[in-house]
Amino acid sequence: MSILVDRNTRVLCQGFTGRQGTFHSEQALSYGTKLVGGVTPGRGGGRHLGLPVFDTVAEAVRATGATASVIYVPAPYAKDAILEAIDADLELVVCITEHIPVLDMLAVHTALVGRRTRLVGPNCPGVITPGACKIGIMPGAIHRPGRVGIVSRSGTLTYVAVHETSEEGLGQSTCVGIGGDPVHGLGFTDVLALFEDDPETEAVVMVGEIGGSEEEAAAAFIREHVSKPVVAYIAGVTAPPGKRMGHAGAIIAGGHGTADEKFAALEAAGVTTVRSPAEIGKAVARRLAGA
Amino acid sequence: MNLHEYQAKELLARRGIPVPRGHVARSPTEAREAARALGGTLWVVKAQVHSGGRGKAGGVTLCRSLEETETAARRLLGQSLVTHQSAGRGLPVEAVLVEEGTAIQRELYLSLLLDRTRPALAFVASTEGGMEIEEVAARHPERIVTVALPPSGYAPFVGRRLAFALGLGAEARTEFLTLAESLAAFFVASDASLVEINPLVLTAEGRLVVLDAKVTLDDNALERHPDLAALDDPKQRPAAEVEAERAGLNYVALDGTIGCMVNGAGLAMATMDLIKLSGGEPANFLDVGGDATAERVTAAFRLILSNPQVRAVFVNIFGGIVRCDLIAEGIVQAVRDVGVRVPVVVRLEGTRAEEGRDLLARSGVRITPVRGLAEAAQRVVQEARAS
Repeated sequence: MSILVDRNTRVLCQGFTGRQGTFHSEQALSYGTKLVGGVTPGRGGGRHLGLPVFDTVAEAVRATGATASVIYVPAPYAKDAILEAIDADLELVVCITEHIPVLDMLAVHTALVGRRTRLVGPNCPGVITPGACKIGIMPGAIHRPGRVGIVSRSGTLTYVAVHETSEEGLGQSTCVGIGGDPVHGLGFTDVLALFEDDPETEAVVMVGEIGGSEEEAAAAFIREHVSKPVVAYIAGVTAPPGKRMGHAGAIIAGGHGTADEKFAALEAAGVTTVRSPAEIGKAVARRLAGA
Repeated sequence: MNLHEYQAKELLARRGIPVPRGHVARSPTEAREAARALGGTLWVVKAQVHSGGRGKAGGVTLCRSLEETETAARRLLGQSLVTHQSAGRGLPVEAVLVEEGTAIQRELYLSLLLDRTRPALAFVASTEGGMEIEEVAARHPERIVTVALPPSGYAPFVGRRLAFALGLGAEARTEFLTLAESLAAFFVASDASLVEINPLVLTAEGRLVVLDAKVTLDDNALERHPDLAALDDPKQRPAAEVEAERAGLNYVALDGTIGCMVNGAGLAMATMDLIKLSGGEPANFLDVGGDATAERVTAAFRLILSNPQVRAVFVNIFGGIVRCDLIAEGIVQAVRDVGVRVPVVVRLEGTRAEEGRDLLARSGVRITPVRGLAEAAQRVVQEARAS
């Protein structure tokens, strides 16, 4: 078990023949992901990396039985690509693309209501179940199959959390990068609920950052619904107010969204917090040992 | 991207939103001419800088003669204005807005923004105009009303709820409905991320007028609005941040002594926090991005060292798809090319980190490779103190 993806997940790549799509599809194939084809409008009927290319997602789904897609389409066209994937009724859509206009994401958010499609991202590293399925841009080699679920708003900090838990010999059940944009698909709460229900996940690492109030919402959810140990780290204690720290969503606005508020909310919910990402692995090991 | 008040008002006026009559002026004579052309006996001369709190900082002058408008413009133009929102930095005043005076009956607050928790666009309105909304939120939260737009877009009930909450009379209410609808249309059509009208004034004659307007546009959408992108005034931002944008780097200047170069925004914030935790102060936030090529690393070093406060540099890279040995080569090259004179502590982790560390150790340049994240932060703080 794992969440969202496993070795049977059949994946399509949107933006398949582009530079990013090609590079990361090669990596996914060598990791063992069941990539079954790709979509590039106008290139349908051809082949790329030994796989069929289609003009439309609907056609690709019919021909391949894909249930998930990963999107490497450039920002100006990403909204359309996500809407097409939702329309094709895919179960999972992972959007890697960064810099999508926020009004485009609002439209996507509206389109998701009442549909079965789960969106991960945008502006995220993707989803990986170690040893089974890698969808996205994360380096496969640092992951180890194991017992810790990881959910994070930041790409490289996810890798740090992975590295730290691998070093402790714990490994990961599934790692989900929910992305650094203010409007996005699955949030902390959604992923925490999935981890809570996954028998293979024994503990969860949550990596947040300044901006918004999703960590606070997650804290409230954990208090009521999560029985497994949760370890959290929040980046941006030293970030000045009113400045965007790289991610579109990482901004302290009107005095809210600070790291301190988030730490406090999580601690009040019984979450073990660490002030350095280097302490994540040890903190999880301690919680799993029952300390 | 922020717009100047005069730019925002021009754009709003084009959609039929009432703003005071006014002209932008770039010299004292132009200011006087503008006032003469407007006519009347009362004018306001307002410094055009990207910051709120201009009034308190002396950037807004009420004038009762043409001479006074000229004097006010002379005093402001060519100066730099420090407001309580500009973090101690002076913002250059290159233009003033000369407007006709407005007889004020009531000052209201109205903004349209992204409410990321719903998520939806939402109007925020308050009867307490002219004050900072954060202050109102702290003192009188009950005087703030938030109404979200439905997913289908603006609908008249949104405007009605706001108008009744603001206690507007029948005539003003009708005007307000048109204004709110136009504002929502403007927001969507220009990919704004914030439109803030503070104050929205009910004049002595009972009309609504936008007395001040702040517009922030979504940087990610500027590509589809070349006309709006052309309104950018980079001089309002710190020079180093503008240079960083050109090099494709995310950079924010801070007050400390330890320069940071990191791949990934989250790790970059975490690195700053670790420095603080180890007793130091970060000099900047800097994300070199996913592919930290030699050129980008060189540009990043130049940027970090352009800050004279920097006593040591912390390079923190987690090599994922990018190989650490290639990054190490880039670092050695950059340190040589840029002529780095302060200690550089480098922590490499991930793909081919071992090879990268070896390469740094053998390079002969003054670089200290450190393995652990916490250790590296402590080491750079020591180095900064010693240098």
